[in-house]
Amino acid sequence: MNPWLPFEWIAAVRFLREGRLQTIFIIGGIAIGVGVIVFMSAMLAGLEANFIKRVLTSQPQIQLLTPDQVARPLRKSAGEIEDPAVQRPSQRVISIDQWPKIRGQMLAMPEVTAVSPTITGSVLALRGDASRAVTLTGIEPETYFDIVRIPNYIFSGEARLTSEDVIIGIELAKNLGATVGDKLNLQATGGANRVLTISGLVDFGNKGVNQRVAFVALRTGQSLLGMIGGVTTIDMKIKDIYAAEIIAQRIQAATPVQADSWIATNAQFFTAVQAQIYTNTLIRIFVGLSVAFGIAAVLIVSVIQRSKEIGILRAMGTSKGQILRVFLLQGGLLGFIGSVFGAAMGAAALIYWHAVARQADGAEFFPLILERSLFVYTAMLATVTGLLAATAPALRAANLDPVVAIRG
Amino acid sequence: MADGILKLEHVCKAYNVGLPTEVEVLHDIDLELDRGEFLALIGPSGSGKSTLLNIIGLLDRPTSGRLLIKGRDTAMLGDDELTHLRGRTIGFVFQYHLLISAFTARENVMMPMLADRGFPSAEIEARAEHLLLQVGLDKFGSNLANNMSGGQQQRVAIARALAMRPDLVLADEPTGNLDTKSADAVFDLMRRVNRESGTSFLLVTHNMDLARRCDRIIQVIDGRIASN
Repeated sequence: MNPWLPFEWIAAVRFLREGRLQTIFIIGGIAIGVGVIVFMSAMLAGLEANFIKRVLTSQPQIQLLTPDQVARPLRKSAGEIEDPAVQRPSQRVISIDQWPKIRGQMLAMPEVTAVSPTITGSVLALRGDASRAVTLTGIEPETYFDIVRIPNYIFSGEARLTSEDVIIGIELAKNLGATVGDKLNLQATGGANRVLTISGLVDFGNKGVNQRVAFVALRTGQSLLGMIGGVTTIDMKIKDIYAAEIIAQRIQAATPVQADSWIATNAQFFTAVQAQIYTNTLIRIFVGLSVAFGIAAVLIVSVIQRSKEIGILRAMGTSKGQILRVFLLQGGLLGFIGSVFGAAMGAAALIYWHAVARQADGAEFFPLILERSLFVYTAMLATVTGLLAATAPALRAANLDPVVAIRG
Repeated sequence: MADGILKLEHVCKAYNVGLPTEVEVLHDIDLELDRGEFLALIGPSGSGKSTLLNIIGLLDRPTSGRLLIKGRDTAMLGDDELTHLRGRTIGFVFQYHLLISAFTARENVMMPMLADRGFPSAEIEARAEHLLLQVGLDKFGSNLANNMSGGQQQRVAIARALAMRPDLVLADEPTGNLDTKSADAVFDLMRRVNRESGTSFLLVTHNMDLARRCDRIIQVIDGRIASN
């Protein structure tokens, strides 16, 4: 006997080893449960990360806009309205009032990691006989690329935006018959006109977006859209993407701007992500419960089978606490050993599935994310589940009346 | 009671106390056992022998009366204190051996010492080896309990009962499940230990031949001591 191992540990291991078949089956059961949890968690985390990455690196997490322009009802005198029917006014493209001050306020918020002013408007892209209406966005590349990772979406060329450059969507380039290095004439509705060089083509993975999108430097955008020194939106990135809506509401309450979170603008997508998270959590809970009940059932049977031995241990001076710990340890050991095998099984299944499952275009279905923390947490959770599941059998064993137990 | 190990004063034991089904199984038991005594407890089945043995072994508590172990009243002791006192003072030998099947013979003998000290040690192992030698099973130390004959298992149980150098060994029909030859060998072993180490023995038996070979015979009938 190892002199470093306490009595409880020796007894727990021996009891598990003696009921070998029972132990192997329950460890198999736990391993399958843990494997399912590891596989699902890692795969769904990968899918979620993929979706989030696609959505949140191609659009701001919070966007500040000028508030809706509303028409005030005509009043005859104080408290008396001349005409209650008010027609909604057309929304002019106007600059956010005192936007540098608002940007400063946003940067001071601890939850905010990046702020970038932008200007957005419609222009006509002309090249030869072809012309297309496009959404022009004037940006400060150094801050904007932190929020919308345009360099990651560059299909050809580079993410360079001097005052003479424009980056356009690949479908727009195709429609105009243009490519990197070509000149493009941008004409605003106000009459302003600029000829810019196409420095890069972007592919956001959405044909509609790729047909309309055009990025220029902020000052170029301001001059084209006739809004020198003005910006129409302030785009933001935050630490906790799921807190976007709450932060947006707080900003809206504290400033004279409208704040839209990615959650509000992508409500359907967000609901789908949330549903996926809830489903994953529910599956984990139920698999965990079935593992816990499995461990408890095996240990209850073990207590019944060993009641005479427990009685004799008590008779020879083993305390209730020692008996309690012997069975708790068995639960913990089953959970831990099961989780080690389960984690290996889950990881193997994940690697296999990652290699086999492909999207229609041959791209990977989900990124392979095998974080050490997932295995550590799963092992800890399985061990704690084992300990908790063993509580009832252990209490039953500890409280066995030795007289009754020995008599059988 | 200068050299007394055990003293029972007016001990009664009843079950279902306060219920219409209340039944008293031991009535006003007075009993003393001195150090080194080898005592036989006899009586018909259902007479209360096992209940009395459980009370003496601190596995059960009397409904009334006093039980003193080495002069110490056990009535006020808590569960943990009783367990500790039992582990250090009393050894048990049961009719059905009741060795722990997951352990070898040597480990079974080590078990009371292991439970008491918490960790194994060379000293504990040496003591177990010595006891196995004493009961003639030193070559069987590595055998699993289930791989031994009934007589061998009972001798291991005796060695285990002696592990903590108890003052008293309670043996509940230790030969009841053995053939005559093995029963004689086990009894002789207990008698030898009793003489050599001065450990007191209280032996419950139905075997009158064995009982007659003890120092004293206590007969229990219907929960009372009929003869002493």
